[in-house]
Amino acid sequence: MAFISSGYDPKKPMENRISDIGPRHFSEYLPPVIAKNFGKWDYHEILEPGVLCHTGESGDKAYTVRCGSARLITVTYIRELCDIADKYCGGHLRFTTRNNVEFILDDKQAALDLKAFLNEQKFDGGSFKFPVGGTGAGVTNIVHTQGWIHCHTPATDASGTVKATMDVVFDQFTDMKLPAPVRISMACCLNMCGAVHCSDIAILGIHRKPPLIDHEYLDNLCEIPLAVSACPTGAIRPSKIELGDKTYKTVAIKEERCMFCGNCYTMCPSLPLSDGEGDGIALMVGGKISNRMTQPAFSKVVVPFIPNEPPRWPTMTKVLKKILDTYAAEANKYERLGDWAGRIGWERFFEKCELEFSSHLIDDFRDPAYYTWRQTTQFKW
Amino acid sequence: MAKHKTPLLDQLESGPWPSFVSDIKQEAASRAKNEKGIDHQIAVDCPDDLLGVLEMSYNDGETHWKHGGIVGVFGYGGGVIGRYCDQPEMFPGVAHFHTVRVAQPMGMWYNTSFLRQLMDIWDLRGSGLTNMHGATGDIVLLGTSTPQLEEIFWEITHDMDVDLGGSGSNLRTPASCMGMSRCEYAMYDAQELCYNLTMEYQDELHRPAFPYKFKFKFDGCPNGCVAAIARSDMGFIGTFKGPIKINQETVAAYVGGEIAPNAGAHAGKDWGAFDIQAEVVDNCPSQCMSYEGGKLIMDHKECVRCMHCINTMPQALKIGDERGVSIMCGAKAPILDGPQMGSLLVPFIEADKDDDYQGIKDIIENVWDWWMDEGKNRERIGETMKRLGFAALAKAAGIAADPRHVQEPRHNPYISWKAEEVGGWDRDIAVYRERHQR
Repeated sequence: MAFISSGYDPKKPMENRISDIGPRHFSEYLPPVIAKNFGKWDYHEILEPGVLCHTGESGDKAYTVRCGSARLITVTYIRELCDIADKYCGGHLRFTTRNNVEFILDDKQAALDLKAFLNEQKFDGGSFKFPVGGTGAGVTNIVHTQGWIHCHTPATDASGTVKATMDVVFDQFTDMKLPAPVRISMACCLNMCGAVHCSDIAILGIHRKPPLIDHEYLDNLCEIPLAVSACPTGAIRPSKIELGDKTYKTVAIKEERCMFCGNCYTMCPSLPLSDGEGDGIALMVGGKISNRMTQPAFSKVVVPFIPNEPPRWPTMTKVLKKILDTYAAEANKYERLGDWAGRIGWERFFEKCELEFSSHLIDDFRDPAYYTWRQTTQFKW
Repeated sequence: MAKHKTPLLDQLESGPWPSFVSDIKQEAASRAKNEKGIDHQIAVDCPDDLLGVLEMSYNDGETHWKHGGIVGVFGYGGGVIGRYCDQPEMFPGVAHFHTVRVAQPMGMWYNTSFLRQLMDIWDLRGSGLTNMHGATGDIVLLGTSTPQLEEIFWEITHDMDVDLGGSGSNLRTPASCMGMSRCEYAMYDAQELCYNLTMEYQDELHRPAFPYKFKFKFDGCPNGCVAAIARSDMGFIGTFKGPIKINQETVAAYVGGEIAPNAGAHAGKDWGAFDIQAEVVDNCPSQCMSYEGGKLIMDHKECVRCMHCINTMPQALKIGDERGVSIMCGAKAPILDGPQMGSLLVPFIEADKDDDYQGIKDIIENVWDWWMDEGKNRERIGETMKRLGFAALAKAAGIAADPRHVQEPRHNPYISWKAEEVGGWDRDIAVYRERHQR
């Protein structure tokens, strides 16, 4: 490999440097029918799963074909998307906030033809490349984080848990037979880069063992005061330790106070806490973001721990599917998962979903905990 | 022939959902074959090594990535995340595997020439792996080496006219829904406001000066497709004041079954004939409507703009005309003090492009000044709000207290009265004793 220079001269970093130019303006990329009807849309229809029709006040119609994709995608795959967009859509496409890909056409039959074409494309391994769906009252694509593919704090994998889950709920992606949309989100640790805390169903990686302490290196790699102040429960204090004939500045941890959040590890690489036995998944349900009918709501922990079972996490997907199927069978039209659970009562939710309730599920973290305990004699047997 | 045996990952190639394993394998094969004769600037087999290190995690249940070091481009404090493998001898292709965040166009609209150009750069100078998109909204280019960072930055700025995104304790790359470009519910131009503020605050985006990260998100309506209320330190959500516009003939068409309710979102199951009373009127959270004599009647003043009736009958009901933005403040994920939703700071403000959104910028800058003064290191603004109280934020922002700020008034009488509110605190004990014996 010979180094190919872009033109950048490391000896003169400021020469011809361009900075602070931000993103390109979105108007450069709008398909013509979108640009023409910008701000003047009248209504939309879902013609069939994965196919939308937006009608402008002008009478123009824009047909959208939506397909699922992994979030982790390659140059090869993106070039294939570009080939499709060039062939069918005049070189335009967009991504949704949930990692779906949308192609815009101005002819209905062309849109249906594209849907058929997309559904015919498969990877060598057999999976769909561009499955069409993700609209209406169903499960759309899962937003997620990096996991074991590229992160230092995960308690589980993201791409793998998402693939395993989407395989199990694939019918709900390609059809629209649920009472309301079900948004599944995945975050591989409590940092929640994916901010899954307001999802209908959240898959969350959790650690369960306190950090290890790499005493010999800690003072070289970490600012001890930052590690101490990183702990939300005050479990970490500065300390010294003698190893052999040397004394090391380090920290001591009151392990019974640890809440396994990993914030200390973020500040100090000498406090690793990932552990094959300790790490796994918690399931949370009943959150939402939309203000429709009811207010936005946080997800609630309903399964405190499921061990990591790569590559397909069968226990996790089985529990998740049971929750989804029970909701699908019992909720009212338009009722989100959390609103259904709230209506029937969480005691009934655990019974119907055949979930065990344990003390782990009763909040004991600071003030908000009190507001989750039952302060009424109204409950169900 | 694959470089590493990956029997566990291979099991993720079956099943219907697009397999990231199959995709990485096709990328590995494409780089090995190298039909275009590209002089790859990082290890050709890095996709193979990525699968290898992931397989190792699938076996031992632990990550093999280390903390990022301080890497980046000259003059910026964000946009690149350092990443190193903790088994570099076994997986040399991913020993240094940094992430580059690239600013996405608002609403994530693209043309293929932009994407192809970016892919050409990433083919030459990176792993060929991406996330479209990262959780905050950036284009994420996953895996390159330190010497390539300035080269990539040079090429995207000079050849593509696009910049890096944010990371670290700075303004993170703002994100909007697709707004007016393809949605009849957009109550303001979410993309334009997002773009304008992104450009206004380039310095805050690239050079960390905040106590911690700060996210803007822009939802065109209360349906919340980019989750502004849950995922942004400051969320801008479209709202309106005027009455919902009703076309009674079209309402009748819904009632008569001529138009599928909810734009056809429930078509996969037989829910029976549309029942406007049960499905719309009874589901209204403020009970502000009735259906009488074939007409939908709304008490518009009582509407809370939840969007349910509009979502259910989009051809018959249209958003009101006096439109603007509600600003929510303080949302974040649980780390550290538990999850927080955005709290309503500004019930209504116009999104006025002709004034370059100055009213909104004044509020943002007031809020930032307060947070930068009061916030502790690594304290999200939502946590500063909890520590110092909502009223302190509102005062700093220059927003008068309003009953809309609360779900309900306080449960305790521990009001922080100020001396000037109670006629001063200076009193004379001797005077007091003239009235009260010891």
